[in-house]
Amino acid sequence: MKNKTIRQAFITSIPVLAGYIFLGIGFGILLRKAGYGVLWAASMSIVIYGGSMQYVGVGLIASGASVINTLITTVMVNGRHLFYSISVMNKYKDAGKYKPYMIFALTDETYSILSDGKVPDGVEPDRYRFYVSLFNHSYWIAGGIIGNIIGNFLPFSSAGVEFSMTALFVASFTEQWLTNKNHFPAVTGLLSTIICLLVFGTEFFLIPALLLMTLVLTVFRKRGVEKI
Amino acid sequence: MTTVYIIATMSLTTLVIRFLPFFVFKKKTPEYITYLGDVLPPAIIGMLVIYCLKDIDFSVKYFGIPELIAVAVVIALQVWKRNPLISILSGTVAYMLLIQLVF
Repeated sequence: MKNKTIRQAFITSIPVLAGYIFLGIGFGILLRKAGYGVLWAASMSIVIYGGSMQYVGVGLIASGASVINTLITTVMVNGRHLFYSISVMNKYKDAGKYKPYMIFALTDETYSILSDGKVPDGVEPDRYRFYVSLFNHSYWIAGGIIGNIIGNFLPFSSAGVEFSMTALFVASFTEQWLTNKNHFPAVTGLLSTIICLLVFGTEFFLIPALLLMTLVLTVFRKRGVEKI
Repeated sequence: MTTVYIIATMSLTTLVIRFLPFFVFKKKTPEYITYLGDVLPPAIIGMLVIYCLKDIDFSVKYFGIPELIAVAVVIALQVWKRNPLISILSGTVAYMLLIQLVF
């Protein structure tokens, strides 16, 4: 039971492996160019653990940003996580000792894997979620360290590997579409995002999109609860 | 020292964002939040799909064809096999081959 849970968690985390390693490498390289070595790369990946945030963070560090500026930027870049936490509260409620780490480690990718609340047959649900979170985090840390040490000298062309993150979201979206009979939430999410992308541009449209979809799902709550 | 402050600020702010809902609704989760927990995941993942595809320029270069083919591969395999590992790895390999060899 114990080993099966860890094994299943590892299998689930494999799609994230390549993406996190290579995105992590990108971050490690960027931080090296800004003049910071491997301990900085590892520390940031351990304590921040957010892809886009750490890329932005390199710029903040390089320019010696103020604490207030850093705080505002972080809220803008990572504000979306508030919605992730809200939507897993019920699924994580019995996680006990695993819970604090699982909340800390809820990235976009981990969220897209765990947010439907389903787990493979025969695993301990909370241990499983904990290990998926932990494996993903370790790939991210490893990527940052590798990138910071070896830089641009990869033995093969990795061009296009970043698509694995897109593929992960597309697969999760498709799977939830197949599972849920009611497609109102999924369509609301797509349309809200497209509208906000067109209105607000590519830089800061995620928070408006999240607010809009939450508003629509709240106003049309009856449509939302039909045959989920 | 500034660097340490910047990293600490990024870390703590992110931590507060991630933990805030759990502290606000510590005692009992309101029914409305439970409802959001049911409907938000498909909506948010839809958002993340759009986010990943937002930088495709349909007017120049390859008109986004490699991305569209690879997305179609992922969807088709997921519908057929229902195994995320197979869909994601196949879609990624297809994309890498397309941009490195074909286009």
